[in-house]
Amino acid sequence: MAINIELIRNQFPVLHQKVNGKPLVYVDNAATTQKPQRVIDALVKYYRTDNANIHRAAHTLAARSTEMFEATRKTVQQFINAAEVEECIFTKGVTESINLIAQTWGRKFLQAGDEVIITAMEHHSNIVPWQLICEEKGALLNIIPINDAGELLMDEYEKLLSAKTKFVSCVWASNSLGTINPVKQIIEKAHAVGAKVLLDGAQAGAHLPIDVQAMDCDFLALSSHKLYGPTGVGVLYGKRELLEAMPPYQGGGEMIKEVTFERSTYNDIPYKFEAGTPNIGDVIAFKYALDFVNELGKENIATHENELLRYFTEGINDINLPIAIGTTNQQITLIGTAKNKVSVQSFTIKGMHHFDAGMMLDAKGIAVRTGHHCTQPLMQRFGIEGTVRVSFSVYNTKEEINLILEGLKSLLKFATIKNN
Amino acid sequence: MATTTEIQNEIIDNFLLFDGDMESTLFYLMDLGKKLPIMPAEHKTEDYIVKGCQSKVWVFPNLVEGKVNFEADSNTEITKGLVYLLWSIWNNRTPQEVLETELFFIDKIGMSSMIGSQRSNGFAGMIKQMKMYALAYRNMND
Repeated sequence: MAINIELIRNQFPVLHQKVNGKPLVYVDNAATTQKPQRVIDALVKYYRTDNANIHRAAHTLAARSTEMFEATRKTVQQFINAAEVEECIFTKGVTESINLIAQTWGRKFLQAGDEVIITAMEHHSNIVPWQLICEEKGALLNIIPINDAGELLMDEYEKLLSAKTKFVSCVWASNSLGTINPVKQIIEKAHAVGAKVLLDGAQAGAHLPIDVQAMDCDFLALSSHKLYGPTGVGVLYGKRELLEAMPPYQGGGEMIKEVTFERSTYNDIPYKFEAGTPNIGDVIAFKYALDFVNELGKENIATHENELLRYFTEGINDINLPIAIGTTNQQITLIGTAKNKVSVQSFTIKGMHHFDAGMMLDAKGIAVRTGHHCTQPLMQRFGIEGTVRVSFSVYNTKEEINLILEGLKSLLKFATIKNN
Repeated sequence: MATTTEIQNEIIDNFLLFDGDMESTLFYLMDLGKKLPIMPAEHKTEDYIVKGCQSKVWVFPNLVEGKVNFEADSNTEITKGLVYLLWSIWNNRTPQEVLETELFFIDKIGMSSMIGSQRSNGFAGMIKQMKMYALAYRNMND
C-alpha cells in the first residue's frame, strides 16, 4: 500500500508554518518527531474531561484515567509483541529506562571482574549509566568497534564475549549514523555466554517492526517522543523473570505492597518500577501516537523513508560529481554509509563548520541538527567534532529534499568563495 | 576615532538594511568576521577560550599604552562575525571605556531572535570575558 503523504501531513499542524519567511522543512526527526493532531487532542481532552490520579480511587474520573492509562500499556504490549502486558513499564524515556536497568539489574547482578559490552556508536545515555555502575562494581566496560561505514565489527564482538560477559547494551539503530545493527545475532551470541541484552530502541521504534519475543531480547527501551508521541514518556520492556528478580529503582507510592516502619514489601511488576504519580496525560496520549503508526504500518513507513534517504543520498552524490575527468569534487562527506540504515544521514561540508551550516539552513526554513548528537566517542572515531544531520520521517517529501539539496548547494557556493 | 556610541549606531544602521532577512544577515555576519585581524596561533590556547560558547571562541587581551588591545577568533564563521562586532567597539579603548559601555546595539538589531538563546548565552559570555579583562587592567592601574 502506498501511503498518501498529503493526508499524513494534514494531520501535523506544526508542519504548516513559515520559519524565517520560508515554508518549514523539518528534518530533525531523530531528535524528536512532530505530533499528529490526534495526540494533541488526546492530551487536551484528558485535562479537560478526565484528569484524575490513577489506581486506588473510588470515583469515576480516576476509573476513567486508570482505564485509559492501562489501555496505552496494552497497546505498547501489542506494539512490541511482549508476552505479557505487565512486562511493559512506563518511564520518562530511553535514558531513564537504561539508567533503571543499570541501577537495578546492574547493582544486583554485576560483580567485580564482570564485563559489560556496548558499541562504539552508543548515545551518551547508553554509555554513562554503564560507566557509573561499572565503576561502582569494579566491572569492565568493553566496546564493539565499527568500520568506516559505521557497521559493527561482529568478529570483534565475538572476541569480546566470554564467561565474564554479564550484559550487552546495544543501540538498535544509531542516531548519528542511521546504522541498523544485527540485533538478533547480537542477542544470540550474548545468550550463548549467558549474558543479558538491552536494546536501545530510541531510533528503531518509529522505523522498524518490533517483536521482542522473536528477537528474544531481555530488555528494550523506547521513547514516545521519537514515535510521534508526547515527550516525557518512555517504555522499558523486560522479561518477567528478570523484572521480578530486580530490586526496585525508586521508592514511593504505587510501588509498594505494604509499608511499615520496619520494612516494606513491593508491588508486583510493572508497578514495582513505577513509583509516584506517573506522567498520566502523556502516557494516555502516547496510545494515539502508536495507533497512528499502526494504521500506517511500519513497512509502509519504512518504504517511504528509505526512498527519501536514497533520494537524498543520490542528490549528495550528484553534488560531489567530479567537474572534470580525473578530478575529485568531494564537497560533502557522508558519515554513516552502512548498507542497512534507518532514514538518518550525517554529513560534513568542506570548508564550513556544522554550526554555520545549521544556522544558514535554518535561515532557509530548514531544521537540521548539528553537533556531536550526544555521541562524542563516535565523533572521535571518525576524527570529527560533529556533523550536520538530516533525519526523515513519514511526513517528509522529495520536494523538501530538493529544498535541502538546493540549500546545500548555495552554502557550498559561499564556502567556495570564502576558500578562494 | 569614533566613539563606542557612534560605532554601535553604525552597526544598527547596517543591520536594519537587511530588514529581518535572516540569510542576508548571516552572510553579512560571516563577512564581518573576515575583518578580524589574524590571531596568532600561539594565543589560541585553552586559557583564552571563552567559556559558555557552543563554538570555540578565543579572546587574548593586551594592554598597550593604557589601552586594551584584543585579539580574537572563532572556529565558526557566524560567531566570528559576532566577535568582530564587539572587537570593533572595544579594541584599542581604555579599560574604563570598555567597562562603561552600554551595549545598546544588541537589542536594537534583535540579536536574540537572530542567533537563538544558546548563542546569545555564548555572546553574553564573550562580553563578560572582555569586560573582565578590562576590569583586571583597570584594577592593575589603581
